[in-house]
Amino acid sequence: MPSLDPLPLAASASNLLAAREQMAFTLGFHIVLSCLGVALPATILIANYIGLKRGDDDAMELARRWSKAMAVTFAVGAVTGTVLSFEFGLLWPHFMDRFGAAFGIAFAIEGIFFFLEAIFLAIYIYGWKRLPGWAHFWSGVPMFITGIGGAFAVVAANSWMNQPQGFTLDAAGKIVDTDPVKVLFNPATGYEVPHMILAAYMVVGFLVASIYAVGMLKGRRDRLHRLGLLIPLTIACLATPIQLFVGDTAAREVADNQPAKFAGMECIQKTGTDQTEYIGGVCTSSGVKGAIPIPGLDSFLVGFNTDTKVIGLADIPADERPPANTLLHLAFDGMVGIGSALLLLGAWLAFAWWRRRDIPRTPWFLCAVAVSGAGAILALWAGWIVTEVGRQPWIVQSYMRTSEAVTNAGGIWFAFALTLGLYAAIGTIAILVLRGMSRRWREGTPDLDGPYAPSLHGPTGRNPRDSRGFRPVGGGSE
Amino acid sequence: MTRADLCAGILWAGATAYALFGGADFGGGFWDLVAGGAERGERPRALIQRSLTPVWEANHVWLIFILVVLWTAFPPAFSAVMTTLYVPIALAAVGIVLRGSGFAFRKSIEGLSGRRAAGATFAISSLLTPFFMGTVVGAIAAGNVPADGNGAPFSSWLQPLPLLTGAMFVASGAYLSAVFLIGDARRAGEEELERYFARRALAAAALAGTAAAFGLVELHAEARYIFDRLTHEGLPLVILSALCGIGVLVALVSSARHPAAKSPRLLRPLAAGAVIAVIWGWGVAQFPYLLPTSLKISEAAAPPDTLATVIVVFIVAAILVLPALGLLYWLSQKELLGE
Repeated sequence: MPSLDPLPLAASASNLLAAREQMAFTLGFHIVLSCLGVALPATILIANYIGLKRGDDDAMELARRWSKAMAVTFAVGAVTGTVLSFEFGLLWPHFMDRFGAAFGIAFAIEGIFFFLEAIFLAIYIYGWKRLPGWAHFWSGVPMFITGIGGAFAVVAANSWMNQPQGFTLDAAGKIVDTDPVKVLFNPATGYEVPHMILAAYMVVGFLVASIYAVGMLKGRRDRLHRLGLLIPLTIACLATPIQLFVGDTAAREVADNQPAKFAGMECIQKTGTDQTEYIGGVCTSSGVKGAIPIPGLDSFLVGFNTDTKVIGLADIPADERPPANTLLHLAFDGMVGIGSALLLLGAWLAFAWWRRRDIPRTPWFLCAVAVSGAGAILALWAGWIVTEVGRQPWIVQSYMRTSEAVTNAGGIWFAFALTLGLYAAIGTIAILVLRGMSRRWREGTPDLDGPYAPSLHGPTGRNPRDSRGFRPVGGGSE
Repeated sequence: MTRADLCAGILWAGATAYALFGGADFGGGFWDLVAGGAERGERPRALIQRSLTPVWEANHVWLIFILVVLWTAFPPAFSAVMTTLYVPIALAAVGIVLRGSGFAFRKSIEGLSGRRAAGATFAISSLLTPFFMGTVVGAIAAGNVPADGNGAPFSSWLQPLPLLTGAMFVASGAYLSAVFLIGDARRAGEEELERYFARRALAAAALAGTAAAFGLVELHAEARYIFDRLTHEGLPLVILSALCGIGVLVALVSSARHPAAKSPRLLRPLAAGAVIAVIWGWGVAQFPYLLPTSLKISEAAAPPDTLATVIVVFIVAAILVLPALGLLYWLSQKELLGE
């Protein structure tokens, strides 16, 4: 029988690039959904709490709608997250082979959180009609806890890639001993985990608020829209100043622990004191072009003193420098810039609220909120580019290169092309589905819950649920 | 029993749970696929959807659990499987994405044609995903995954035993699902659907049994180590599985003859028992290998503290997750969860 198998490929540079693109794209897609999984439960529960406590029908309605939307985003998030689990092995088998025993520890713990989140999310989402109000509310509280716990575990795994510790290697480079506590609580965990959790709350808060801001700009200024804007916006605006503080701390830690990443982020070429902070611009080996320079600020930010020494790329061995410096630098500046703009937005809201107990009257405020969701997502992506591209060429900082980790398997570019198409379709349909839900809520038409069947679409048809004593779909309130 | 053996047991426990619950969800998709046109398939599809909706995501987490335990406790085995069987694994991953999103979208897309497309995506991928997962398991059992990985990417699984295992996965998922749906239909007072799924459970049982019989023949030819152990050390489990299977058949046939009589309570446990016994029979047959016959459990095992972490995580999961899962199933069976 002729062999079915192609000749084995040499581990090629092409595979490395394809695998990195594939990972970046699928992670970038999933990270937005995982933010929803982490922070949407709390947002929903707050609305639910207000609704129950004050008998506020609008708040209850918001909680119900958001939980229906979460049913869709969580399903897509669950499957795109599974893809990442597969990709660890499909794209980076040698990384998993050598370091799975350490890297996997955080994921084992994440498994528990994800399990509990999936369970209680289902109980909460599908418990609206039949569970009594407060019992239903409490069934949702575990989602909030597990969302944070899951984020902790996953980000601890990523932190470990940046600050690996808690393992012993033998002469052959094989892990012979592990210290799970040290793996989990590595030096980067302390700043990466809160940074990501706060990012999730910012993304969700600004994103949900932006949807209602668009509605208000279209003239829907009812109480439901105001509340739908205010609840998530308040959460996001509270998270933002803490985030800037955490991010600032994180940058200083990176300067200490991953000098190559920091030099790339800040486009610093020569080691020295009194380093200039460059805002924007294009990084070249001879310096930054087209940036706004602020002399001494970079050193000051790192050590609160312009005398602080900051390591430049010239002192990093050429094969250990992060690639794509301009991208890295602009991603970092973009993240900080967007974060600062969102801080101003929060200050604006706080000022208006302090003066008049109301959101600012000008439509410009609503316009700003309307773009804040997209801004927060861009900042999220920029942050991940900084941490992931900035760590290159390492997959495990100073222990394993990404080029050593990549698979020899063929067809990665093909898989990447397929993934692009598949995810584009899924993303588009998800947005269309959510928009459709929103339109049906506005129009007061009942939700479409059943599978496809003519009776759901014909005027005289019988809804199969009616025979089973289900209340009419939508309960009349939606 | 070493920590590594315990972790292998945990891996098998996860695989068992995934086969039972995740497998039944795939089976639900299979019955959705063959339910016929929009009108004819309306009622079975509605029942399948009601049964799957609150539980499929939680059931799906068992797959993540299996992957995580495999890569944490047995990193070289994970890497070897992934570098050899990446084709069916990538196809299964695509199937997982399409199945989940198709199912989630079908409920909320407007218009019959959009729903049909989403529903067909869900249903077809519910058939393909377990099939490709089965080829992966079959290829491992056949000894086609070398310990160092990078085995043949196509001929490792495009062989009779892996393909048969894929078919067996599909058939046993369909079988479990049909048995579970009989109970769901009865609770909903839909006698017609009860008979509908009883007929289908019989057909799927016959199919799964046939695939298993052919599988044994192929096992004899392609995976002698497994065959020998299965027919010696694993024999009690094989017999148990066969007895459970026969028990289900007898119960189904007798309830078909006496339609007035209620189908027995033991139907679900028996059906589950048949599948559980096969999975543990396979485990016993593979022992002490993780990848027969190239990589032993002890050789693939991570350092002791990592294994201890996996064991502790499993204990915590047993304390926290199992009761929570029980609550979810209980609420779901009591019809307290709905859209």
